[in-house]
Amino acid sequence: MKLSRRRFLTFTGTTAAGSAALGGSLIFNPAHAQEGSQQPGKVNLDYPVTTLNNAADLKVGQPVRFNYPDDASPCMLVKTGRETRGGVGPDGDIVAYSILCTHMGCPVSYSAEQRTFKCPCHFSVFDAELNGQMVSGQATVNLPRILLNYRDSDDAIDAVGVEGLIYGRQANILPNT
Amino acid sequence: MFEHSKDRIALPPSDAQVTQTCCHFCIVGCGYHVYKWPADQEGGLAPNENALGLDFRQQLSPMQVTLTQAMTNIVQDDDGSYHRILIVPDNDCKVNSGLSSTRGGQMASIMYSPETPVGSNRLKYPRVFTGDEWRDSSWDQAIALYAHLTKRIMDDDGSDQVMFNLFDHGGAGGGFENTWGTGKLIFTGLGTRMVRIHNRPAYNSECHASRDMGMYELNNSYEDVQMADCIFSIGANAYESQTNYFLNHWLPSLRGQSASTKQAVYEEGETIQNTRIILVDPRRSLTVALLEYAIDPENILFLDVEPGTDTALFNGLLSYVVDQGWHDKAFIDEHTTGFEDAVKANRLSLDETSRITGISKDKIIKAAEWAYKPKESGHPPRTMHGYEKGIIWGNDNYRIQSALVDLVLATQNVGRRGTGVVRMGGHQEGYCRPPYPGGRPAPYVDQEIIQGNGQMLTAWACNAFQTTLNAEQYRNEVLRRSDIVKQALRKVRGAGPEEMAEAIHKAVKEDGGLFVAVINLYPTKFAEAAHLLLPATHTGEMNLTSMNGERRLRLSEKFMDPPGTAKPDCLIAADMAHALRKLYEAEGNTEMASRFEGFDWTTEEDAFNDGFRRAGQPGAPEIESQGGSTGHLATYERLRAAGNNGVQLPIKEYRDGKLIGTEMLYTDGEFDTDDGKAHFQPAPWNGMPETVEEQRRKYRFWINNGRTNQIWQSAYHDQYVEFRRGRYPMAPLEINPEDAQDLGIESGDMIELFNDYGATTAMAYLEPDIKTGQVFMEAMYFNSVMGDLVTPWTDRNVIPYYKGTWADIRRVGRIEDYADKVSFKRRRYV
Repeated sequence: MKLSRRRFLTFTGTTAAGSAALGGSLIFNPAHAQEGSQQPGKVNLDYPVTTLNNAADLKVGQPVRFNYPDDASPCMLVKTGRETRGGVGPDGDIVAYSILCTHMGCPVSYSAEQRTFKCPCHFSVFDAELNGQMVSGQATVNLPRILLNYRDSDDAIDAVGVEGLIYGRQANILPNT
Repeated sequence: MFEHSKDRIALPPSDAQVTQTCCHFCIVGCGYHVYKWPADQEGGLAPNENALGLDFRQQLSPMQVTLTQAMTNIVQDDDGSYHRILIVPDNDCKVNSGLSSTRGGQMASIMYSPETPVGSNRLKYPRVFTGDEWRDSSWDQAIALYAHLTKRIMDDDGSDQVMFNLFDHGGAGGGFENTWGTGKLIFTGLGTRMVRIHNRPAYNSECHASRDMGMYELNNSYEDVQMADCIFSIGANAYESQTNYFLNHWLPSLRGQSASTKQAVYEEGETIQNTRIILVDPRRSLTVALLEYAIDPENILFLDVEPGTDTALFNGLLSYVVDQGWHDKAFIDEHTTGFEDAVKANRLSLDETSRITGISKDKIIKAAEWAYKPKESGHPPRTMHGYEKGIIWGNDNYRIQSALVDLVLATQNVGRRGTGVVRMGGHQEGYCRPPYPGGRPAPYVDQEIIQGNGQMLTAWACNAFQTTLNAEQYRNEVLRRSDIVKQALRKVRGAGPEEMAEAIHKAVKEDGGLFVAVINLYPTKFAEAAHLLLPATHTGEMNLTSMNGERRLRLSEKFMDPPGTAKPDCLIAADMAHALRKLYEAEGNTEMASRFEGFDWTTEEDAFNDGFRRAGQPGAPEIESQGGSTGHLATYERLRAAGNNGVQLPIKEYRDGKLIGTEMLYTDGEFDTDDGKAHFQPAPWNGMPETVEEQRRKYRFWINNGRTNQIWQSAYHDQYVEFRRGRYPMAPLEINPEDAQDLGIESGDMIELFNDYGATTAMAYLEPDIKTGQVFMEAMYFNSVMGDLVTPWTDRNVIPYYKGTWADIRRVGRIEDYADKVSFKRRRYV
């Protein structure tokens, strides 16, 4: 598959800087559904910036679990070993996803061989190399992708946002988090 | 409503309106709830603040809910008000128990909304073609044109010049209301025989054999599979095509979770054993692949038969079973006829069976033992036989089905709990019509059209351009003949319906033209040939009753207004009948006028009461209804109360405020024949039809075809939904990597398939589970019509052999934008 470098660079810019300043400081009223961002020029919710790993520590086929945007949302950081659309890092092959299947929330597992996420409950398969596109199965939306930012200066990878609704939530940011 | 990557959702407030609905799509008919509330409101996160009663202040645990943006939409009612809708599966529905499939889970996405691609493509008003452009029209004008032309043609050349391509389904745009309305107009009113049904080129059943032998093809309950010792799946891919029947019933049974269900119905002392499954399919389907992961592999037997050899397999099994003495002699003597003749005619040795089917003798014996050898306790096993397109669209539908039912009857795998011989089904059903006047075999209507017969063709809620056999020739002829009418229309100026009908009549009567009307939700591919488009409604925009694969009747309630002036099909039929009656009355032809009486319906419920509820009642005309003579017990009110569990037809009684139905047919050993006995039918193995054999000799690849999970039927909605069309911009075609390499084909390449009958295109998808020399293609797709390759051969009842054709393949090229956006990872759970 040929990838347009330009296309995936759009995911790796510095849009996270703004929300970094506010990360963790937002106050929500739990009685109300989550609204959009409080910041001008943004459509989605205000996500925290969470530093995950250094790119150099990641190995192909050995995914790393983390939680984002809060402790109740399990995610997975994957070095696919192949330049990947939306991928970050020196090799452009690091991606991350929520691992709660969008169908009914069962944790998906990563297949290093296929570079897919697979749900054991109803057998949905998502493509780790194509924005979590559902390959087959019973979901109605793709697997939510965790937006990453890579810093050349210290080789660190930050989680900066989520594309798509995480299973089991009205909004990706829970109240009081 | 589409919004990219939205990271929040609006919850229904606790006082949101809630109605019941069945999924529009596959035969399984999962129950869903529809929530509707003003668009400027939303529910809160606490359980008492939202209608789902869930606590969204915290992360929900798995399996609590299915809730995605695809399950939501914003709709606009006739009064201009906007509402949000949320359509989620019903936890209390016995069919799906809260599960949603990738089709049903997106129901909200395909409801009409002015701002979505679905919305902008829906038909909203009648449209009349004026020779070079479409013009929106009023119902009065459109129906007047239709009625004037129909009458002229009937009066001059008889009703058989008025032809129809007619739906027969439940769900979606069908249902008992609409099959009745159209049937009454076409059979009782117009009296034409020239009607083809749904996906077939004539008016017929895909289960004539089973019915002739005494068994309606939907004769058990989904629950029976949980009581079975063995599931015998033939030419079916349940995970993709009957998803929640598979996930909610097959899988628990195969995982040993249904022992207590078995215990409740088994005889005393009868062995309870793990459910096993035998799958007959030339292709290692997704169902086979995931079962090998999901259950004990010891309980799976996969018989990858040579294409088109199922009859030989069943005959080999029957011969072996009888030789072993495993047939049920008492049942055969008491409740059947023709056993000896059938056994003699069908006899096939194990060696011959193995040679023809490509299945080893060991496997054939193993299948016979699993399905038919008495259990340890001496009781015969309970084997549920489920078959679908491998047989329905297989090599001689009538013959294969006869051979299968012979085997089933010999082992009494019908009428006992845990058994059944059932078609798995495609769409839901909802059949209620006067008897078809054309006899059997019915006229091969496609061929009539191709040969230049018929002056007027109405394509009603079906689309033969994508779904018929020999489709290329058919399409070319319809378009050629339609164009003659278009030429004539270009010369018409300032004409009212009557003058327009006159001009069209000349073109169809004297110049070989064909007038085409399309009645549908969308301007389908068939609309390319049309001169008149009439907008119809579907589930949610009207009240609609259907039944699923276990005859479970439900009412799907109307919850929103249809787009524009779209109407239920039954009321469109009534409009046509009224117009024709008035025309005949005006000229004093009371006999013809009386044929169009009895359409005084103002709602779809009136049509339901007139057809489904009158069947078999004193004074009613003959009505062939799947509700039988007790359909009158089902009122809309009672069905509303019955919720998404509805009632299984036929209804036995209405007692204590509840409709009591029938879980299993033929439990008393009385079958649907004149003598009440089931009839064996000789069905010797008959090889491949010569027409098909010729393609096999000439071309390299067997073109297997069928459904994929995400796409419904002709993709009439799917082509406008990004999640689905983005996944499949063209029909996917699975090809073995060795074959692909040989032809210089990579995943994502566009390829052309061609043979003596036509050519079509698809997108290559390399898949090692596909055998060399075979491919599997999505059937009926909007821009890749597999039917173009299918021969015109049919069985004795004019049922096509859609699965039986061969073609060559060449690489066309590659659209990078398609290929870049589509995953070519393996669809199988491996």
